[in-house]
Amino acid sequence: MSDPVLSATDAGLTGCTQCGRVWPMGTARCGRCGSHLHPVDTRCLQRVWAWWWAGLAFYIPANLFPMLRTSTLFGSQENTIAGGAVELAQHGSWGVAIIILSASILIPISKFVAIAYLAFAVRTPPQAAGKRHLLLYDIVEFIGRWSMIDVFVVAILSSLVQLGFVASIHPGPAAAAFALSVAFTMLSAQSFDPRLIWRGPQSTSAT
Amino acid sequence: MNVQPSQIQDLIACPHCDALHHAPVLGENERAFCARCGSLLAAPRARSFLQVLALAFAAMILMAAAIFFPFLGISSHGFGHESSVFEVAMAFSDSWYAPLSFAVLMVIAALPMLRFVGLIYTLWPLAKGRPPWRHAAFVFRVVEEMQPWSMAEIFVIGTAVALVKIGGLASISFGPAFWAFCALIIVTVLKNIYMNKSAIWEAIGQK
Repeated sequence: MSDPVLSATDAGLTGCTQCGRVWPMGTARCGRCGSHLHPVDTRCLQRVWAWWWAGLAFYIPANLFPMLRTSTLFGSQENTIAGGAVELAQHGSWGVAIIILSASILIPISKFVAIAYLAFAVRTPPQAAGKRHLLLYDIVEFIGRWSMIDVFVVAILSSLVQLGFVASIHPGPAAAAFALSVAFTMLSAQSFDPRLIWRGPQSTSAT
Repeated sequence: MNVQPSQIQDLIACPHCDALHHAPVLGENERAFCARCGSLLAAPRARSFLQVLALAFAAMILMAAAIFFPFLGISSHGFGHESSVFEVAMAFSDSWYAPLSFAVLMVIAALPMLRFVGLIYTLWPLAKGRPPWRHAAFVFRVVEEMQPWSMAEIFVIGTAVALVKIGGLASISFGPAFWAFCALIIVTVLKNIYMNKSAIWEAIGQK
């Protein structure tokens, strides 16, 4: 059964993804808001994958290198992301340990999986799963920024805890790698064109 | 199917799924959702411009306070240290990942601030029913595109996590900037509730 909804592309038009106005196909810029108009096309997936790999490449050192260097009267210590969360849990701060674990491990990994899944799913003919896929995309877009929590925590800790030899905290290289990883996956999600979810692989007319 | 150029004015394309709709004429409390994916397409141009304008002003003032007043202080064993938000961002500045300091400053302070200023620029004439100022379309588009990268609210959650982490290590004092930041989040949420993107685009479009 064919899709009863007529899309702008089928009508020979291009919709502005920023403000919703439609223009004849081939128009370069939206006449109302000035956004760059682009047709619904799987070419955007190239950018999605490029940012996706860049994000993954930085996610690995983000987990291997130390996030924090703590030096106290009793010596110094280095913590990775997972190590810091485990230590918090051992001290009984389960709530914060869970926030850190989900913001820096669970969310980033689910994001990688979700974007890859969506990028593969739009290559198969459009299915009834459109609404679910769009929901998944909205969640990925909304939640991705929250991974930055850990970078901010490191910044606050290392600027605040500067008590001479009693205790001082310094950021580790993982903070920079992690921030880059989050930024790249955000760009990957933004490069994905949600209109593809309904469009399917080719721009063949659905009507 | 071909659409006559004269009809294009009355059409809108869903930014999420490309479905084509006739621009609805809405009553006082009506909203239009996309028939295919359920995204919000249009809401009536309520008298919300003034509220958003006022909230953007409040947010701008709070942000200025949040940047320069003391943010947090700790003391332990006779040693004390105080940080402003600016110093928090500068936590990464004494090593090779100094650019991260710049990025953090951008996402927690500079971009939110720019968005408030841009919103005021866009809405100031519109709230009085005057035609928009020059380049209002460009300004508002940039405001919208910066939205995922302005992370003030994430920074506040990061503060909470950091406080729990050092809670046992030292005693903490809250500066005016901390409360300004908390108020800023509430104002931002209110602003997002009142703000109506499609109505603003429509107002900008009516030259």
